[in-house]
Amino acid sequence: MSQTVFAPWDDPNEKPLIQFKNVTKRFGDFTAIDDLTQDIYTREFFALLGPSGCGKTTMMRMLAGFETPTEGKIFIAGQDMAKIPPNKRAVNMMFQSYALFPHLSVWDNIAFGLKREGKDKDAIAARVEEMLRLTRLSKFAKRKPHQISGGQRQRVALARSLAKAPKLLLLDEPLGALDKKLRQDTQFELMDIQEKTGTTFVIVTHDQEEAMTVASRVAVMDEGRIIQVATPAQIYEAPNSVYVADFIGDVNIISGRAKPSGDKVVTQWAEGQPDIIGTTATKFDAGQEIHFAIRPEKVAISTEEPQDAANKLQGKVLDIAYLGNISTYHVALPTGHVIKAQTANTRRLSRRQITWEDPVWISFTDTAGVLLEH
Amino acid sequence: MRRFSWFNATALTLGFAFLYIPMIILVIYSFNASKLVTVWAGFSTQWYGELVRNEEFLNAAWVTIKVAVMSSTIATVLGTMAAYVLVRGGRFGGRTLFSGMIYAPLVMPEVITGLSLLLLFIGIGLDRGVLTIVLAHTTFSMCYVSVVVSSRLVTFDRSLEEAALDLGCSPFEAFRLVTLPIIAPAVISGWLLAFTLSLDDLVIASFTTGPSATTLPIKIFSAVRLGVSPEINALSTIMIAIVTIGVITASLITKQAAVRQARDERMAERTA
Repeated sequence: MSQTVFAPWDDPNEKPLIQFKNVTKRFGDFTAIDDLTQDIYTREFFALLGPSGCGKTTMMRMLAGFETPTEGKIFIAGQDMAKIPPNKRAVNMMFQSYALFPHLSVWDNIAFGLKREGKDKDAIAARVEEMLRLTRLSKFAKRKPHQISGGQRQRVALARSLAKAPKLLLLDEPLGALDKKLRQDTQFELMDIQEKTGTTFVIVTHDQEEAMTVASRVAVMDEGRIIQVATPAQIYEAPNSVYVADFIGDVNIISGRAKPSGDKVVTQWAEGQPDIIGTTATKFDAGQEIHFAIRPEKVAISTEEPQDAANKLQGKVLDIAYLGNISTYHVALPTGHVIKAQTANTRRLSRRQITWEDPVWISFTDTAGVLLEH
Repeated sequence: MRRFSWFNATALTLGFAFLYIPMIILVIYSFNASKLVTVWAGFSTQWYGELVRNEEFLNAAWVTIKVAVMSSTIATVLGTMAAYVLVRGGRFGGRTLFSGMIYAPLVMPEVITGLSLLLLFIGIGLDRGVLTIVLAHTTFSMCYVSVVVSSRLVTFDRSLEEAALDLGCSPFEAFRLVTLPIIAPAVISGWLLAFTLSLDDLVIASFTTGPSATTLPIKIFSAVRLGVSPEINALSTIMIAIVTIGVITASLITKQAAVRQARDERMAERTA
């Protein structure tokens, strides 16, 4: 049995759950969202990623109904949201501060939204118990929010926002307050819960690892615009701009002039240095400004001149960062450029061949990097 | 770290003596057997007995409490509403002017407040009595309530209200079910403050009162002009006792809540 890949965004017959249509949001003179158009599909785990002030939180608050667009329209399930207040939307939000009601117990916090719907007591109790089980909080039902730990509070907030079975769940930096270990565990838990409940999740985060781990698609934002929307793998391997390449993970950028040659593009980047050969789908004109971006793990480092490598450069080791599982070498080229090369430490306690000030070769294939216009 | 020093001890004694000697003298003389206020003639509680039988004082006490309860309740409602709008209402035009105007009566001389209210009541032909004192006390104590409540609202996490809206509350329900229970301590202390202010106000009450309504401070003030009687001392001692008990209870409740919260949080960290 072949498993179909989850990619509703590639299916032209699929109707999006959320549509942003030319949405602009201004606060006084400041433009938080700038003419943004974007579709998000049912069951997606959509991540809005960007530095603080890029407009990602504003986008989320517009979905929840706490802000209204200055221009443009937002549709949820085909319905124009302009006149619909937050309490009438089938959208729930998990707040960054969790916003648990301090005067209510865990149980009552989760039941809060259900009680507003006017459901009968038994139905509410059954749903709360279900949520408590889902988030493994049954033991803490009677506690007040200040009587539980940070990780438990985070789960209460999640349970509360899921209790009403919303069409769409918004998560505003949901894991920001947790320490790294707990954050990683919780990321998988979130994905698990998203799959179990089949809810569409939109998550706001500034942590690129978090976005890459949980999301089906990532939108990289800057200054009120979405720069690129793609799956985590595409974002990482095929960024559309220097901004995205630089924002996600570590990258070496070499800028130069393009010189098309056959199906390859050559980057001329410094006097007396061999040109860098790369492949690309985009057309570049001769002499056009071009940026060659390559991830450190795709750059090999060796003491001897490598044979049959498409690109090879000579340099000197400037710094070594040992991280346990990997080592990153900073190699200074004669031109002053510093190129990062990464190797996995697959063998335990191997004698380190390369050390500071060693003359080394760095090399990479002609498909290892991407060529970017801007 | 804290070493005894003669300078500190002297400063402390002087300060407290300055604050409390007058009150201590008053309390001591309320148990004086003699009718003469300044001559000690042995311990007695007879003046307390006299006080309970004094119809006029009891009436005045009843009026005072009625006025205080009504005015502080109205002031709490109005003051809380004003604070909520000023803190939450966003940047509407003239917001700074409004918040300044809410606080202005705090520094207004009481005589002027009293006089202006008197002129207003005469102007609109309102008979002076309990109602006019209640209105006058509401006027000046609501700004105190508003100050207390708005200082709490400023530190109130706005996302709690948003969470309530998000979970299906109308804005009023969000206020009633989330905001109000959380700011309740501030609202209660605002009420207590307004109550106390109304209880001991003399100036504004004497401007706005009529022959039918005499509050305790007015009664005491007019009685003292005819000479201090041991009964007045007894009455004052009772008031001191009530205020002291109230203040101590309030601070104990606050302290206990803080201690419980700290203990719970430690427990939560351990079981995490």
